[in-house]
Amino acid sequence: MDAARPYLAAFAARFQQMLQYRAAALAGFATQCWWGAIKVMIYTAFFHAGRHDASPISLGQTITYTWLAQGFLALNPWGGDPDVAAAVRTGAVSYDRLRPVDGYAWWYARAAGWMTARAVPRAALMFLTAGIALPLLGFGAWSWRPPADLAQAGLFALSMLLVVALSSAIVNLTNVIIAATLTDRGANILMGPLLIVFSGNLLPLRLFPDWAQTALFVQPFAGLVDIPFRIYFGDLTGAGAWAGLGLQAFWTLAFVAGGHAWMSRVMARLQVQGG
Amino acid sequence: MPQILVEELSKSYRVAERDSGVLGAVTGLFHRRWRTIEALKGVSFALEEGELLGFIGPNGAGKSTTIKILSGILEPSGGTCTVDGLTPWKDRVKHVGHVGVVFGQRTQLWWDLPVIEGFDLLRDIYRVPPDRYARTRDEMVALLKLDRLLDQPVRQLSLGQRMRCEIAAAMLHEPRLLFLDEPTIGLDATSKLAVREFVARLNRERGVTVILTTHDMHDIEALAERVIVIGNGTILADQSFEALRAGVFAERRLYVDFAGEAPEIEIPGVTVLARDGRSLELAFDPKIVTAPKLIGEIAAAHAVDDIHVMEPAIEEVIARFYDLHGAGEA
Repeated sequence: MDAARPYLAAFAARFQQMLQYRAAALAGFATQCWWGAIKVMIYTAFFHAGRHDASPISLGQTITYTWLAQGFLALNPWGGDPDVAAAVRTGAVSYDRLRPVDGYAWWYARAAGWMTARAVPRAALMFLTAGIALPLLGFGAWSWRPPADLAQAGLFALSMLLVVALSSAIVNLTNVIIAATLTDRGANILMGPLLIVFSGNLLPLRLFPDWAQTALFVQPFAGLVDIPFRIYFGDLTGAGAWAGLGLQAFWTLAFVAGGHAWMSRVMARLQVQGG
Repeated sequence: MPQILVEELSKSYRVAERDSGVLGAVTGLFHRRWRTIEALKGVSFALEEGELLGFIGPNGAGKSTTIKILSGILEPSGGTCTVDGLTPWKDRVKHVGHVGVVFGQRTQLWWDLPVIEGFDLLRDIYRVPPDRYARTRDEMVALLKLDRLLDQPVRQLSLGQRMRCEIAAAMLHEPRLLFLDEPTIGLDATSKLAVREFVARLNRERGVTVILTTHDMHDIEALAERVIVIGNGTILADQSFEALRAGVFAERRLYVDFAGEAPEIEIPGVTVLARDGRSLELAFDPKIVTAPKLIGEIAAAHAVDDIHVMEPAIEEVIARFYDLHGAGEA
């Protein structure tokens, strides 16, 4: 347990620190509600206009997917940890090298704390709004529905843990890019479009053409949004669900291994100027 | 076996250069010119446990680079170095657990967290047993008078308050070796004195080895028994503070007001520093010509209104020492 102590402490400290920013959480939540509502209306119009009997997922599932994606938006790796970017810019990154910890794991734990602290209150507010308030107000058709069944709910919980693991690994890879390039702009700008399309955030991956489905399923970003939410409403069950969880774990390990090796190289040729 | 043994340490790095202006920026996209900067060119020294070493030198001399290599942040380009038998950049994780570092220009405490939470975090990072942590923390709080600061977020502290917290933070895991890189920079007189007193006590009462860099010669005067002067990446002098003072700082100043126009003075060991109408400012080496002899010679040869002798400001002397060795910042 003593070996893990620094990392758990970093996770907890970053988590507590982020919980301080209530105004940011509320503002983020408001934006996510707004976008969620627009998307829900667009999907409704789209499903009513087209031949939705051919759709692989129903309108209700698509709406639930949308609220989930909006609620857990902060769990996506939109860029590097701003603390790391600031430390790289000011040279405070020196202090990270002075800690008797594995540098990669140290940043990883902080990234995980940073993301979960931002996601938990927003997801809870989103569920209260879209999952409870909307049906009570008579908008049941536009609401966040409960999971398919208890087994799927359990698999979903497991999958969400893997989302945190995978997303932290991608954030940390971005951190390494930031440390290598000394700026957070390039890496963060690159991450946005990739993430928004390939995670299924813009459009559920199931609504893409059939010929692309296999490729979309196995690529790393699917494990951030598409796989857990399809497990939630029962579109991915049994072997398919386990395959999804396996892919999430595989990509996490791949990003951790790659990021760890790259970080060692970047840190070996670190230059800290001034002072 | 010395605690720190540094042999022929060197560090060079490349910087990209481009011509100024839009054209320069565009050509820079296609063709990078690199210039190699040698921050350290073969630095060697040894340090025994319990010593208090002052590192001085102009900006860009290599002081901080040396500290960053010794503390495990940077890898050198060449040379060897052992600290307590470990090579800092090879055994980084093991090494950094036993050293404390304070950079005067950076902060190690988390900006948005109260000081005490930053301390608690460091306890877990260094895996300090809770009872030992509580003891060390309470001692630091008492010595540095931090009790009223502990619940404040770091960003709300004044620089002097923050620096006291930073130094306490660096000591929570009871390191045997402390690196202080410009710890008094920007501090007011009271805070400087508090920092100096604390560092002196750590060294004297607990035997903590301290390596200190500074531009404030009063820090050196108050703390360091031994001084290394570094310039252009090489060691210019490595001696006791007293020897350095006797050698480099021996120079005296003589201010003379003449009755008429100030004359030319040509006496061995004397240089004219400034001339202003009837006044002269002279520098002289008392080992070559003593003050009474010099005053006698001048008074005998010229009509003098007033005369007084002063020790030059230590900053001024060190600046001349840098210039003399071609170590002033390029």
